[in-house]
Amino acid sequence: MDIELQHIHKHFGPVHANNDISLSFRGGRIVGILGENGAGKSTLMKILSGFQPMDGGEIRINGARAAYTGPQAAIRHGIGMLQQDPLDVAAFTVLENFIYGQAGGLTLKRREGRARLEQICRRFGFSLEADTPIAQLSIGQRQQLEIVRLLSQGVKTLILDEPTTGISAEQKTILFNALRDLAARDGMCILLVSHKLEDVIALCDEVAVLRGGRLVGTRDMPATTGELVAMMFGQELPPQTRQPLNLEGAETVLALENLTLRGKRVIVENLSLRVRAGEIVGLAGLDGSGQEMLLRACVGLLKPVSGRVIVGGETLTGAPYRTFLARVVAFGAAGRLEEGLVAGLTLTEHIALVTETGALVDWSRARCHTQERLRQYNVRGRPESRVETLSGGNQQRLLMALMPACPLLMALEQPTRGLDVDSARWIWQQLLARRANGTAILFSSAELDELTAYSDRILVFYAGRIFEIPDASRASVDELGRLIGGHFDGAAGA
Amino acid sequence: MKTRSLPLQIGLIVVPVALALLLTALLILAVGADPLAVFQTVWEGATRDSRSFGQVVNFWMPLTLVGVGLIVTFTAGLWNIGVEGQMVMGAVFATWAALSLDLPQPLLVAVEILLALLGGGLWAALVGVLKTRLGVHEIFGGVALNALANVLLIYLISGPWQPPEGGSVRGTPPFPDAAIPTFLSDTFKVSLVAILIVLAAAVAVVLALRGTRWGLELKATGKNARSALLLGVPTRRAAMSAFIVCGALAGVAGLYRVLFTFVSASLRPGVSGGIGFLGVLVVLLVAVRPLGVPLVTFIFALVLGGSARLQIALGLDASLAGVLQGSLVLIVLLFNGLRGRLAAREEITEAAAHE
Repeated sequence: MDIELQHIHKHFGPVHANNDISLSFRGGRIVGILGENGAGKSTLMKILSGFQPMDGGEIRINGARAAYTGPQAAIRHGIGMLQQDPLDVAAFTVLENFIYGQAGGLTLKRREGRARLEQICRRFGFSLEADTPIAQLSIGQRQQLEIVRLLSQGVKTLILDEPTTGISAEQKTILFNALRDLAARDGMCILLVSHKLEDVIALCDEVAVLRGGRLVGTRDMPATTGELVAMMFGQELPPQTRQPLNLEGAETVLALENLTLRGKRVIVENLSLRVRAGEIVGLAGLDGSGQEMLLRACVGLLKPVSGRVIVGGETLTGAPYRTFLARVVAFGAAGRLEEGLVAGLTLTEHIALVTETGALVDWSRARCHTQERLRQYNVRGRPESRVETLSGGNQQRLLMALMPACPLLMALEQPTRGLDVDSARWIWQQLLARRANGTAILFSSAELDELTAYSDRILVFYAGRIFEIPDASRASVDELGRLIGGHFDGAAGA
Repeated sequence: MKTRSLPLQIGLIVVPVALALLLTALLILAVGADPLAVFQTVWEGATRDSRSFGQVVNFWMPLTLVGVGLIVTFTAGLWNIGVEGQMVMGAVFATWAALSLDLPQPLLVAVEILLALLGGGLWAALVGVLKTRLGVHEIFGGVALNALANVLLIYLISGPWQPPEGGSVRGTPPFPDAAIPTFLSDTFKVSLVAILIVLAAAVAVVLALRGTRWGLELKATGKNARSALLLGVPTRRAAMSAFIVCGALAGVAGLYRVLFTFVSASLRPGVSGGIGFLGVLVVLLVAVRPLGVPLVTFIFALVLGGSARLQIALGLDASLAGVLQGSLVLIVLLFNGLRGRLAAREEITEAAAHE
């Protein structure tokens, strides 16, 4: 089955999540859909599988225009999507879940269902017992069940969202063999959304890469990790223009000693790091490789399993965030309206939260402060406007306005995410001015040029492992790309 | 966000009220009565003499206290369903003073008020600890503590505090005169001091929400606790303080009920009179805007007070008042929902226009 996407658009509020995307997929091929978080790949796949309506554009199946709403309708058109968290009913058994998605009357055809389930499982080597409750299955098995269910519903195009997250190596092998078999023997079209480049390299016949809501290109495989990363992150690396700072003799602002951090999917073990006053450390890596955990551990938002966090010479391991805040440590999260700004509060109310520290709030004084800071930080918005009405760039500048003026340390998650070039440059001017005053900055980024342009050092994270590039100005895209893809062996550096 | 024009704002209040009246009128017609006669009877029932109007005032005051208290918890994003139990505990604590302390009148009343604040505040603090330390949602904690407070109330009435003439669950013996504030007159059984205290408390809370850092922190916590924390707000403390303030006000409301509801002041079962839950409806109705509270609570008190007369005058059940109230709340909530959808749609079209 051939699918053509034509000029697909999708907005979420001010975000243009899919911007004029045109792509075609042919039966018998496995296509990797690549892009960083927020690139728009999940949105595109949800549109294709009926989970979300599009704002504009057209889907053509085998040349004919197809308009459908809802996942069930998409399945009737032959398109099924396997979600990251399989959509099954935990209280029921494998067989019951298998039968419930089927077309047909009110009666459950258990015997037929069982035969069909076993037949499909045998073909692909899936290890599913019909009478096992879902609650006892591993993620990998639930995924197998979901695939089996979609196949028996006549799906001819299978979309998989991060299918190898949380499954065993053996299950991965079985899954990949099944997908190859479905493409080769049944002529199915397989679309794989993944962060894991090694999976894409192992499995895909071609890739389509999205960045910032746009399609940046397609290419046939094979390709190297470096080539794929270059497509995902953009090619150009401008020369580093900032003034080199002499860090000799600068005091240590942050020291991490043998830190072990445990997240849902990643464990960072035995990390030691010293950051001096005025130093900028960039954290590179695919999303969820451990860099967010490190940033949060530095400000007390994530309690380390073991090890020590020392800020300005004082051991603060396990202390609450407010203690870190009192030592003038600033944190900026990637999701501005989720963590940082309070939707429903006005700009003045935000400023008052950080300036009006007495028991009584003097609203006219707070308003003056607000106007002053809005001017100083170039925020386009009125003091009485609610914060959610600001554009992303203005929200980010407001966040800067809310941070202490001379922090000891700033830990920033993707400080320029979603910003246009000018806004991003402005943010960095502010950050560099602070670093000139001795503020140490740790930041994560999905932009390779941002990392190399502003960092003194870069730490590359891959599945919780860390590789250090001691001189960021000498890093090449190719090298960074390989490191981000997990090829630490044989890389130059420390 | 655009501020809406004044006529539109008024319309959003008047239209649902009119619709609720219409719906109730249709229901009254359906049971074969004359809606106009019903409305008139309710009005007369509430205002025909000073005794009736005194009852209306004595329902209005505690409901206002509870409403204002719930404004505080709603501002902090908390559903303080436990407000009923907090009223009961305020009443229980104050009753202990009324029955066992031998003090001159102003002093004894002052002690009662302090104990009512303490009782309600403590009971609410329990909900707060369950919520902030042990992760028990405040609705579940509140419901459990409501039940517990009522069990305790029944135990005290039928046990240690039962009247000397013998075991009953009707209530404690009447309070001594020193425990009761002076009424304005024998027929208008309302205490000016009590009213002034209620109004002062309400005004103080509203001003505190607007003009103090505490109020700002509650608002930030209620809208987005995660962001508030990152901006340096002690969110747990904010939640605890909201519960305690609301509980303390509810406790005083409980005391007010004990003193002014029954023919003679005494602690009785059902002392809260459902005012706690009614207060939640009030706050939903005014969309957490404090100035609307005294108005809406007055209307509720009027309707509920007047409807007692329906039985005598028209042979209709007094629960018709409840129907009016219920349909009013339902329709207003419906309108709020519609407004929310409308606003969301406007925002999306605006955002699209900016592209």
